Amino acid sequence: MNCSDESTYGNKADIISTVEFNHTGELLATGDKGGRVVIFQREQESKNQVHRRGEYNVYSTFQSHEPEFDYLKSLEIEEKINKIRWLPQQNAAYFLLSTNDKTVKLWKVSERDKRPEGYNLKDEEGRLRDPATITTLRVPVLRPMDLMVEATPRRVFANAHTYHINSISVNSDYETYMSADDLRINLWNFEITNQSFNIVDIKPANMEELTEVITAAEFHPHHCNTFVYSSSKGTIRLCDMRASALCDRHTKFFEEPEDPSNRSFFSEIISSISDVKFSHSGRYIMTRDYLTVKVWDLNMENRPIETYQVHDYLRSKLCSLYENDCIFDKFECVWNGSDSVIMTGSYNNFFRMFDRNTKRDVTLEASRENSKPRAILKPRKVCVGGKRRKDEISVDSLDFSKKILHTAWHPSENIIAVAATNNLYIFQDKVN
Amino acid sequence: MSADVPEAASAEEQKEMEDKVTSPEKAEEAKLKARYPHLGQKPGGSDFLRKRLQKGQKYFDSGDYNMAKAKMKNKQLPTAAPDKTEVTGDHIPTPQDLPQRKPSLVASKLAG
Repeated sequence: MNCSDESTYGNKADIISTVEFNHTGELLATGDKGGRVVIFQREQESKNQVHRRGEYNVYSTFQSHEPEFDYLKSLEIEEKINKIRWLPQQNAAYFLLSTNDKTVKLWKVSERDKRPEGYNLKDEEGRLRDPATITTLRVPVLRPMDLMVEATPRRVFANAHTYHINSISVNSDYETYMSADDLRINLWNFEITNQSFNIVDIKPANMEELTEVITAAEFHPHHCNTFVYSSSKGTIRLCDMRASALCDRHTKFFEEPEDPSNRSFFSEIISSISDVKFSHSGRYIMTRDYLTVKVWDLNMENRPIETYQVHDYLRSKLCSLYENDCIFDKFECVWNGSDSVIMTGSYNNFFRMFDRNTKRDVTLEASRENSKPRAILKPRKVCVGGKRRKDEISVDSLDFSKKILHTAWHPSENIIAVAATNNLYIFQDKVN
Repeated sequence: MSADVPEAASAEEQKEMEDKVTSPEKAEEAKLKARYPHLGQKPGGSDFLRKRLQKGQKYFDSGDYNMAKAKMKNKQLPTAAPDKTEVTGDHIPTPQDLPQRKPSLVASKLAG
């Protein structure tokens, strides 16, 4: 039961570290450990094949972040992309934010399918012409060319975080966004890179008194003044930026009471929230801790309204999971477009979906052997004890190096993207 | 008196056994404490958090390195054990200990 990582992965730089659909679902972006971004685009449904769902093909790829070394602090800064967030489309170009531990960048991805030809001062190869040889004047014309997709960095938001950035979130006002690290959250305006406002600061005066860190943060989908942030102690705070400039005092505090007799060495570690997401409706938040996914109603702070067990069988393996550091794995969680189904990853390349209405859940596997194109995914089951049925897999056979930390759900359709280490799987609902 | 003591002891033991049976978490905790008896009293507290906040810290002092090289003259400087990620104490890191920091020149395999 080990978490070996060297040879299993192949090239470490290829490990996918974030996956995100844009607001229309036309584009899917992935970021990896090597600091690169790959964007996939859904092919247009053609009139001939109206029942064939569009597939995602590579649209653009670029190096977003590079490794750095902070000599002053002897700190190595990884190029790994922690998060990508899309901006809503306002013109022909696409914009996204990508961040590593220290720096957020705004990238513009645009298409070029025309090229000016017929310059006066340059020849067709681009070489400058001798002005003495120019005897006539002409107007350059735009001629079609092979589609070229280029990505350019438009803004670099640097030097605002002492600790490691874990989240970025675009505000519904589309003018600002926030970046959160372990102890602070900053508010930025997209146009201004040399200043940011600090809106949350939980750093204690004496670091010896440090008891919790910020683990994730997100803006409300509709109310531009509201955001939430989660902590390593399993709590969520909702803040209102209208209340004060520094939102150290929360407006709402979400915490589930704990039974003190159940407390163990592992309690706090497994209660640490690794991801927090608002529902599309803005009425609920979903949190992921090590063993469960919880849905909270914004109007009820004292406990979640729904709790789903992701892999409770791991409770009897916590000692080993602590020793191999797997207990610190940060799983993400996502809502589907209608907020009726939630999805999160697990080990052994398994991922889980929970239907909030029917209360049914399913475990699926993202692996090459089980995923031929057009094949239907078969539900998987983990056997927790006693007799193991033929198709089941026992807890001790689970591969803990194959973890699905990042998943994404198309904003309106049943299309999901699942990152399994260095492979990306895209699953679509079958067409009737 | 001697009749009372064994009863009290067995009631406590029984509760502990019950705990282990009903709570797999507590059983795992006992396992961990057996392997690492000196594990801190405040588990989720400062130790983890400080380790998390210090991620990425590398210790390389060029002054120390050059002084050590001068002292040892032609001898090799002791190198860190391959699995050590934190280099502290008597060992003086050499440039070879610090991993190469080069950007990816190869395109992502997803784009290929």
